[in-house]
Amino acid sequence: MAVTLDKPTRVHGRLPRSVGFDRLLLFLALLVLWQVLSWIAGPEVITSPPATARKLAAIISAPDFVGHAYETGRAFAAALVISLLGGLVIGLALGFRRLAGEVAEPLLVALYSIPKITLYPVILLLFGLGVSAKIAFGAIHGIIPVALFAMNAVRNIRGGHLRAARAMRLTHLQIAIHVLVPATLPEIVAGFRLGFALTLLGTLIGEMFASQRGIGYMLVQAMETNDTATIMALALLLVTIATTASWALLRLDHGLHGNEQH
Amino acid sequence: MSRAGFIRFLVVAVAIVVLEIACRAGLIDPITIIPPSGMAAGAWKLIVSGRYTEDILLTLGSVALAAMLAIVGGFGLGYCLFRLPRLRRALDPLLASYYAVPTFIFYPLFIVLFGLNRLPLVAIGFMFAVIAMAINTLTGFERVPPVLRRTARALRLSAPTALVQITMPACAPYLFTGVKLVIAYSFIGVIAGEFVLSGAGIGHQIAFAYNNFDNPTMYGLMLLLISFVSGLNMLLFVWERRFYRRRGLT
Amino acid sequence: MSAATGGSHASLRGVTKVYPAVENHPPVHALGPVDLDLRLGEFFSVVGPSGCGKSTLLDVLAGLTPVSAGTVAFEECAVVGEVPEGIGIVFQEDASFPWLTVWDNAAFALRRAAVSESVVRERVDYTLSFMGLAGFSSAYPAQLSGGMRQRLCIARTLVTRPRLLLLDEPFGALDQQTRLLMGDELLRIWRETGATILLITHALDEAAMLSDRVGVMSARPGLLIEIVETRWPRDRDSTIVSRPEFGEVTGQLWARLRGESLKALELTGVGRGGTEIVR
Repeated sequence: MAVTLDKPTRVHGRLPRSVGFDRLLLFLALLVLWQVLSWIAGPEVITSPPATARKLAAIISAPDFVGHAYETGRAFAAALVISLLGGLVIGLALGFRRLAGEVAEPLLVALYSIPKITLYPVILLLFGLGVSAKIAFGAIHGIIPVALFAMNAVRNIRGGHLRAARAMRLTHLQIAIHVLVPATLPEIVAGFRLGFALTLLGTLIGEMFASQRGIGYMLVQAMETNDTATIMALALLLVTIATTASWALLRLDHGLHGNEQH
Repeated sequence: MSRAGFIRFLVVAVAIVVLEIACRAGLIDPITIIPPSGMAAGAWKLIVSGRYTEDILLTLGSVALAAMLAIVGGFGLGYCLFRLPRLRRALDPLLASYYAVPTFIFYPLFIVLFGLNRLPLVAIGFMFAVIAMAINTLTGFERVPPVLRRTARALRLSAPTALVQITMPACAPYLFTGVKLVIAYSFIGVIAGEFVLSGAGIGHQIAFAYNNFDNPTMYGLMLLLISFVSGLNMLLFVWERRFYRRRGLT
Repeated sequence: MSAATGGSHASLRGVTKVYPAVENHPPVHALGPVDLDLRLGEFFSVVGPSGCGKSTLLDVLAGLTPVSAGTVAFEECAVVGEVPEGIGIVFQEDASFPWLTVWDNAAFALRRAAVSESVVRERVDYTLSFMGLAGFSSAYPAQLSGGMRQRLCIARTLVTRPRLLLLDEPFGALDQQTRLLMGDELLRIWRETGATILLITHALDEAAMLSDRVGVMSARPGLLIEIVETRWPRDRDSTIVSRPEFGEVTGQLWARLRGESLKALELTGVGRGGTEIVR
């Protein structure tokens, strides 16, 4: 689902000065829209931006927050390692072994399209309530897309590059470092971006169903008590974290593409 | 059947048989997982008893509505982003992080806005699915070969005609992918909502069965759901293959 | 056409094209000023080094791109903003519509023109068999070879009976033998339809073999530095390559073009050290 431009796009013959400036504009526009919606629907339904910010500050400075954040953080980190590394290994293996890849791909795609929602009770039954369930939730959300992207990255290595490498009589290790890695890295990073967001989602959902601690748990509490301010504050926190990580990975992505866009 | 297809069939069949044996031999606790045959039996009983027909129809109705809204809305949004590249570039990190937030946390918000009916669930399904459609629409428009655009001008087509006769057919494969994703995500959104805070629908019944340790019903419902979604996906896949194979597009 | 303009089917007067500045890049003076008169019914080729503005020339003549200065006229009317009726264009890349059959592809342009279906059917059938595609009417472009797909693009344009046919390196992606045969096809089309043809090509032999006149363009900014007359008979074909005059024409073209091609290489930055090796 990563979006990439094929060539630099021109608006009236000019590329805009700076995307950063545009993002700032967009951010301000969204803030204004948010405030307007809050006025229309009323502050109990949609908390206004300043009130949300204050609520978030209150939540973060509360003594129990560190505990919750740590809880979510460690589960997420573990899930991320599993989905990124696991997905990478599976994807690479399937990419290099053609028959295995051909057999596995439709299965993976089918698994991916099953609403993982339907597997939640099974996960809960297998892992019980607690950290391992959360990690499992996170991992199952992220691992398949990462694997699919990695598999495609390997398949898309151009035969010409490999032939040129062999013509230059490079060793296997040199080929791996100087040809395989640069050729596959952009697409693998695209897979990581998606995997990051989905793993975070999975971990949070796991917390909502299977835990008494963590940010997901805080969300469920807020939902049950209809505490809109907390819901929005936490959503804001999550959006900020995910957007920052996505932006960082995007920068990495461009460093690898070298030219064009953004 | 191709070699790969045959191996695939074997793998799945063996997996099911192994699970069946493991369950029956008592290696797996029946409180956790029941044998596949038990799941199938549970599913059959559900269909026959008709107890859950109303829930099933309710869920399917909400999913269908969410999907249709997401397809239309996502297409429109994708087209707007295509025509406004500055907006699209500015929005990029936000689009990628959209899926990190479980959108069904806004369910209480939607209840207040729309009332205590199916609409909040539809809204969640919509929110989950619309971005996938928008992204695929955008990619589709971007990937129209420039030579086709020049051809439209060479043939002196008006802008609306060019859009309908050339751009849309050229985008069709991507739009189709978008529709597939919309269906999957609408299901996820609606059912997730039903799990968490709803009194009706398949999601609710699964959660209810889970809470009451009623494994046959729970697995039966899950099996029905998975079968339905998989069946739908396969149908779409077959259509897609048949439609696009001769046209050389995959 | 009128004799008042000396039978000029299309003309460019003082045409210049400058692409405006874009972030980090200065404006690009791609073309001109260029003066050119296309005689009614002639076969005119344009050759020149890469990036010299040949395609830009075709674009401004067709009305696909506005000029920065000068005027463009087709059949004595100014060409402004849109492609005039009576001009057909074949592009370098494959422009066939993958979602339509060969027959529907060919009929596409004519169907837009509110012509009765029976006329459409007649013309499409004729053109497809004329282009050797009759047996493939219900196939899809994906099932055809590259050469056949280009023939389909040409057929689609021919169905509308253009009076001026513009071709932008249409055989660029094909191998040499196919190119020679397609050249024969093009000559046959030219004779049968009586259209004026402007062919953009980077292949000197192709230009020399096919054309009544060949225009040589300089490196960027593109100027028409010479027009070579070939004086071939109208019923020529690819066997003309065996004539001594063919060698003379090609030699004349290359003599003019060689220096410009070196300049074009330098412009793309291969220059500094590379020209030592090339010279």
